[in-house]
Amino acid sequence: MTAAASADAPARGGSALLEVDGLTTVFGAEGELTAVDDISFTVRAGETLGLVGESGSGKSVTALSIMRLVESPGRIAAGTIRLRGRNLRAISEREMREVRGGEIALIFQEPMTALNPVFSVGSQVAEALLVHKRVDRRGVRDAVVELLESVRIPDPGLRYDDYPHQLSGGLRQRVMIAMGLACRPALLIADEPTTALDATLQAQILDLLGDLKERFALSVLLITHDLGVMAETADRVAIMYAGRIVEQGTVRDIFRRPKHPYTRGLLASLPGGTPGARLKAIEGTVPRLGQLPPGCAFAPRCPDRMARCDEAPPAVAPVAPGHDVRCYLHDGEGAG
Amino acid sequence: MPLVEVRSLVKRFVRRHGLFTEPTIVKAVDDVSFTIAEGETFGLVGESGSGKTTTGRCILRLIEPTSGEVRFRGEDVLAYSAAEMRRARRQMQMVFQDPYSSLNPRMRAGDIVEEPLVIHKMGGREQRRDRVAELFQLVGLDPAHLRRYPHEFSGGQRQRIGVARALALNPSLVIADEPVSALDVSIQAQVINLLMDLQERLKLTYLFVAHDLRLVQHICDRVAVMYLGKIVEQAPAAALFNRPQHPYTQALLSAIPVPDPDADRSRIAVDEDRFDRAAPLREVAPGHWAAV
Repeated sequence: MTAAASADAPARGGSALLEVDGLTTVFGAEGELTAVDDISFTVRAGETLGLVGESGSGKSVTALSIMRLVESPGRIAAGTIRLRGRNLRAISEREMREVRGGEIALIFQEPMTALNPVFSVGSQVAEALLVHKRVDRRGVRDAVVELLESVRIPDPGLRYDDYPHQLSGGLRQRVMIAMGLACRPALLIADEPTTALDATLQAQILDLLGDLKERFALSVLLITHDLGVMAETADRVAIMYAGRIVEQGTVRDIFRRPKHPYTRGLLASLPGGTPGARLKAIEGTVPRLGQLPPGCAFAPRCPDRMARCDEAPPAVAPVAPGHDVRCYLHDGEGAG
Repeated sequence: MPLVEVRSLVKRFVRRHGLFTEPTIVKAVDDVSFTIAEGETFGLVGESGSGKTTTGRCILRLIEPTSGEVRFRGEDVLAYSAAEMRRARRQMQMVFQDPYSSLNPRMRAGDIVEEPLVIHKMGGREQRRDRVAELFQLVGLDPAHLRRYPHEFSGGQRQRIGVARALALNPSLVIADEPVSALDVSIQAQVINLLMDLQERLKLTYLFVAHDLRLVQHICDRVAVMYLGKIVEQAPAAALFNRPQHPYTQALLSAIPVPDPDADRSRIAVDEDRFDRAAPLREVAPGHWAAV
């Protein structure tokens, strides 16, 4: 199941399953819009890495880049993406198709758009199994019912013949997860899997994902803007802002000892504290792609802005083992 | 006298499935009653299908209720003629969820904010122009951007345009239906602060319709929880969040993900066997009502 542990694998967690190094994805005719800018992270066997960011932060483009699903005029301009040591950027499209839905499954926010409305949900899950030759035609119905049962769809035998529109949003998301799990992937990429759902349904899906992760020994790359969801599900967290990972660490590093002014600002802006008190908002707006400042992209909104923040973006620097920050406050040279 | 009084409000929709099947009647709002005091922020929370949005729209008669009473400053809003209702709408305005689809993309921001003044024939051209500039400043927009189109603004700025439009006629009641849920996390707090500032400066009364319980807890004085068309619990915000009485409220509160990796994760499932859907609201503590 796991590849040989890489030499620099840290003590905590399993071996590296997915290693993204220096990934840069650009858009525009001349590649002038950098949606993902030199990001590096690792998803280890059995862990959940949370990728947090606002709209335009590049978190979904990161997911598409890993799957090699970035459409023209977008393209991956630099970096490596290794799955169990194999460079996904170097393999053929045919091999990549085997990886998609095989070793890596992707589930989206809106299950209605990802399911085909004219086929029954059972037949769509069956298709996923047959394409990857997990079972033959005779055994497929039983295998599908078993999968629907594992994602806790009530009466899975009866639901098999239902069409997507006959299911509630929560059940549709379960079907999506069942399709994702059909080929026993090692990595599940979940892009805002519960954002469209109500609170009580979201809680059920999050609990389900937690259980499935244990049962199927999954690693999860969870993409969300919801810090509550992140705190509940992630082992480690990477915070993205304007295409860059500005901070990365364990879930406790991020929530207990946040270092980057953006991370601190996000956590401080959440409602809580004295009812009716003004919230500590981050002033200003997220910069648009193509209008990024030459230095740190957060500098225009940053309460700790210094002269050099506007000159060049800071490099990634560790503040503690496994806790990295991209900020001049923490680059080891002090705030000078 | 409360500013708003809603009594036994009912809204039924007829849902037709096909030619040969009997249409079913959906009770979107099922015997809902509450009052909102002047200057108060009243929260209406619930999940999709709970009837919270329909309730808000029935108060403005954007949807005609099936039966029940809506009183505004003691007057029966549902008995108003069309002309009277138009006049009454100056007093009650709405801020919508989605600042992307609720603004006409072909109109300039200044014209969007001015439109209610034109419709209600308020002031001359000069006066209206001054008023729009004043509204821009009030909501934290730069009056230099009056001639820009909605797409030239960020999501947070667009919601400010929506707020400015709602305030153009000097309303006393603002119904805000999920006003920040479409915005980025770092922008939500800005818009919430704006709404709180405006309430203080303009003595506004808010009906705040939302699903984000943490936000509701922060800004509302009193809260009603809706489930399948009925209010199942209503209380001052602190009491509702600290001592929820109805099993559905308890389940809903336990479902909110807490932004703290060490928080208690135990959840209470929504179990309809645990509660009687027909139970009437009773006062379990002063001002705290629950259908238990």
